[in-house]
Amino acid sequence: MSILVNRSSRVVVQGITGGAGSFHARQCIEYGTQVVAGVTPGRGGEKFDGQVPVFDTVTEAVEKTGADVSLIFVPPPGAADAILEAADAGCPLVICITEGIPVMDMVRVRRWLTGRSTRLIGPNCPGIITPGACKIGIMPGHIHRPGHIGVVSRSGTLTYEAVGQLTALGIGQSTCIGIGGDPVAGLDFVDVLTLFNADPDTHGVIMIGEIGGQAEERGAAYIKASMKKPVAAFIAGATAPPGKRMGHAGAIIAGGKGTAKEKRAALEAAGVKVAPTPAEMGSTLQSLLRA
Amino acid sequence: MKIHEYQAKQIFARYGVPVPKGYPANTAADAEVAAKKLIDETGISVVVVKAQIHAGGRGKGGGVKLAKNGPAEARELADKMLGRPLVTHQTGPGGQLVRRLYVEQGLDIARELYFAFVLDRDARRVAVIASREGGMDIEQVAHDTPEKLHHVEIDPVVGLAPYQARRLGFLLGLNKEQIGKFVKLATSLYDLFVAEDCSLCEINPLIVTKQGEVVALDGKINFDDNADFRHREWNELRDRDEEDPVELEAKEAGLSYVSLDGDIGCLVNGAGLAMATMDIIQTYGGSPANFLDVGGGANQEQVAKAFGMIMRSPKVKGIFVNIFGGIMKCDVIAAGVIAATKQMGLKVPLVVRLEGTNVDAGRKMLGDSGLAIQTASTMADGAKKIVAAIGARG
Repeated sequence: MSILVNRSSRVVVQGITGGAGSFHARQCIEYGTQVVAGVTPGRGGEKFDGQVPVFDTVTEAVEKTGADVSLIFVPPPGAADAILEAADAGCPLVICITEGIPVMDMVRVRRWLTGRSTRLIGPNCPGIITPGACKIGIMPGHIHRPGHIGVVSRSGTLTYEAVGQLTALGIGQSTCIGIGGDPVAGLDFVDVLTLFNADPDTHGVIMIGEIGGQAEERGAAYIKASMKKPVAAFIAGATAPPGKRMGHAGAIIAGGKGTAKEKRAALEAAGVKVAPTPAEMGSTLQSLLRA
Repeated sequence: MKIHEYQAKQIFARYGVPVPKGYPANTAADAEVAAKKLIDETGISVVVVKAQIHAGGRGKGGGVKLAKNGPAEARELADKMLGRPLVTHQTGPGGQLVRRLYVEQGLDIARELYFAFVLDRDARRVAVIASREGGMDIEQVAHDTPEKLHHVEIDPVVGLAPYQARRLGFLLGLNKEQIGKFVKLATSLYDLFVAEDCSLCEINPLIVTKQGEVVALDGKINFDDNADFRHREWNELRDRDEEDPVELEAKEAGLSYVSLDGDIGCLVNGAGLAMATMDIIQTYGGSPANFLDVGGGANQEQVAKAFGMIMRSPKVKGIFVNIFGGIMKCDVIAAGVIAATKQMGLKVPLVVRLEGTNVDAGRKMLGDSGLAIQTASTMADGAKKIVAAIGARG
């Protein structure tokens, strides 16, 4: 079991003929993911690598191949539009890898998705992986191992770090999701924690946050009220100076709000065990499983 | 991206947001000419000389002065401001050098209000923040008396509805005549925020004059850097003097870099891991010299450039490279590090931790390079090693 994606997920890659799109589509296929279609407007009828049919529109790709997950590599100027197109075509799950989408575009996308059944992961994220079943994103597949720990994170490489630590300890993962580093994005901590909470095959969760915004605090409130499984966490950016954007558009302490200290306190008050350093995310989770 | 007050006001004027009349000035003589022109044009004998730096708190720091006695006084005030650092609560103790001024007509102020559009990331919408407490540090107001702030979220499909603006106007205590002017100003500013891809549009203070006009006495605009591909004009607005030269160089090389006060240079892939690397260095008693995210798609040249930027910094006493390759391949990092050190020489301890995609190739390249590199098996191991290496050197 897993959340959101599994062995039978059928993936359409938007931007499959571009540099990043083609490289990562191949990596996903190699991992065993069913990449059933690609979309590049104007190149419908071609075959990607001689095997994956390319379509002009997402609607056509979904109709002809039954794709139910879209993976987006479209560059920033067209990325928001690509999300709308995937949702309009009826994809229940849309994963946008693209970094650098203007925030006003995402404000409009979020409004447009309100009341629709499509779930969005990202943008500016590594995607989602259910180890041993399918990888829909840009994470290195080989560091993962099938198991029962869910991982949810705003940061890509810090997710790999946590997964690497878990795997080294012999602890496998049910599903790992990067929700992205942008201020306005799709699924947040509460959404993903809710899914992990309901998944019988997920026995514990690592949640990795960073400075900026209130998403970790909302996650903490959910955990306090409803979470039935142990949660370990780490918050990056304890030493970041206020007012400076730390790479991610969303990672900024503004007006004295969104500090690592506040987030840590909120999580600890919710019964979450917060790793003292990023090197101890795996071992912190392990200590909860033993207890 | 930040711009100056005078630039923000030029954009305000284009959208019909009322601003005082004013002229930019780069010299004291320019300031005198501007003052004379303003007095002639407006018939008002008072002008205001305002330092243009990319930081708030200018008034309290002495960067905003009234000249009541004509153009010569404006010149004197300008002479005292130009070429000197202005220290405010946002500049740090060293202050920011004043290179530009804005000379503006004086106005009779009846009331000072606060009005801003911000990105409300929790609502995932643009929101208004307004208050009767204008001219103050709004963060202080938010902290001490949050009930004095009014907050309204805006539906991106509809935009700022007139009723929302009217309601705010009444909450701000405006009268019937002023409300109409305020609604027009507020909707114009919202249009500006969206069309110009702002992340912040702030007027502090928004004033009501004794004559009943509603005017933006100050103006601050921050742009959303992600939208620069559709705003070529931002190049013209960018003031390179106001930006950290190293951060600017990094930005142009497609890297994300922030200067910090410590002595351990960091080269990391991914923003989260880069922040976490700073944190763990601190845990083991060290202090990071920078935040540097080389990103996922960097090539060997960009990595070499990033490494070179760290090595050139005189405060750096040691370097920690922490890579968990995903999109980024470890062999690309290794090649970049080797190229940069071959070119510049390696004068400080270097600790490298590689993990992830193509890790074996990367480790082999570093091992074969003959460089004095300490390798680390985990990020904790790496942080300990670099702190110890610097400690050993004193």
